[in-house]
Amino acid sequence: MGLSGFGGVMPFVRRAIVERNRWMDDREFAELFSIAQVLPGPNVVNISLMLGYRYAGVRGSICAFSGLVLVPMLLILVIASIYARYSDLAFVRHMLQGMMAVSAGLVLATGIRMALAQPRTVRAAIMGGGALLAIGILRLPLVSVMAVMIPTGIALEAWAMRRAARTPLGVAVPPTAVRQEAAAADIEPQTEDGTVPDAMRPPKDSA
Amino acid sequence: MTPLDVLLSLGWYFASVSLLAIGGASSVLPDMHRFLVDTNGWMSNEQFAALYAISQAAPGPNVLFVALFGWHVAGVVGACVTMLAISAPSAIAAVAFEIFAGRNPQARWPGLLRRGLAPLTIGLLISTGVILARGVDHSIIALGFTAVALLLTLLTRVSPLWLIVAGAVLGVVLKL
Repeated sequence: MGLSGFGGVMPFVRRAIVERNRWMDDREFAELFSIAQVLPGPNVVNISLMLGYRYAGVRGSICAFSGLVLVPMLLILVIASIYARYSDLAFVRHMLQGMMAVSAGLVLATGIRMALAQPRTVRAAIMGGGALLAIGILRLPLVSVMAVMIPTGIALEAWAMRRAARTPLGVAVPPTAVRQEAAAADIEPQTEDGTVPDAMRPPKDSA
Repeated sequence: MTPLDVLLSLGWYFASVSLLAIGGASSVLPDMHRFLVDTNGWMSNEQFAALYAISQAAPGPNVLFVALFGWHVAGVVGACVTMLAISAPSAIAAVAFEIFAGRNPQARWPGLLRRGLAPLTIGLLISTGVILARGVDHSIIALGFTAVALLLTLLTRVSPLWLIVAGAVLGVVLKL
């Protein structure tokens, strides 16, 4: 898997874990993915570690990590050595300048696209704008900025949830309602032998 | 600085940002730029952006740009040190989470954390884009490359890999 993902391996990971090996279903994978996003560190690495641990303990984690990271790392170091060797050549420099300019645009686009997908609230605009100002423009050290902004962000969100519910945290949606909803979503059309007909499956990402 | 000091400094720095990399390693890229380019002068702006571009064009997880930074500063040992340092603290956090809480999907706090921190992550990601663009966009043509890549990504479903390939080819053709 490590070698197959150009520009991020997540889609390949999903296909291999969910479709090829059936280690978990799509819902379990989505849960794992959202948890991996909340936890710090590279997302895909977190997923591999948690999955490795779930199936084979600490040894499983270590194997999953090595498989995902070590082989591509060797490859990328070879590529970088070749670049370092020929970086004086004009065409190599032009090529890389082009790639750099494009990848700056890609990162900006990813950020903007994620921002557009967020609920538009004043607190989100303040937190996002504040992070951009502090890190991107003023270049303040990340550790101190995050020491202030992480607690602020979580506190604002908790406060907003509380206000929206007008009840103490945790009572806003009765857990039974959530479970009923989940149960309703679970019901899938089945044929007599209990298998789900292909035509009725939810559409999958085409790859 | 002796070579050992450099390695220790790299290891300590990447381990300390590991736990701050919420939403992926790219969100701490601006701080890596501050540390590697501004504070220590271990590489130039262009080298920083070039190493990042190589990691985007090569297969494998995105986080490998961290290994390239380590490699540039302190060779293969440096690459191993930075990769271990960026992975270990968050890896321990992930496995600890899996042990203690991984099987309780009804918990509310992951959602709370995700919604509370998402704007921060996005602010950091856009900062990354701004810093990369500043490192490379010294000409109108380069700025145009960035703008076109930005628009194409927002408006179409074209794969990022093709855009990078196009950037490489056009970069040679236009002598960027």
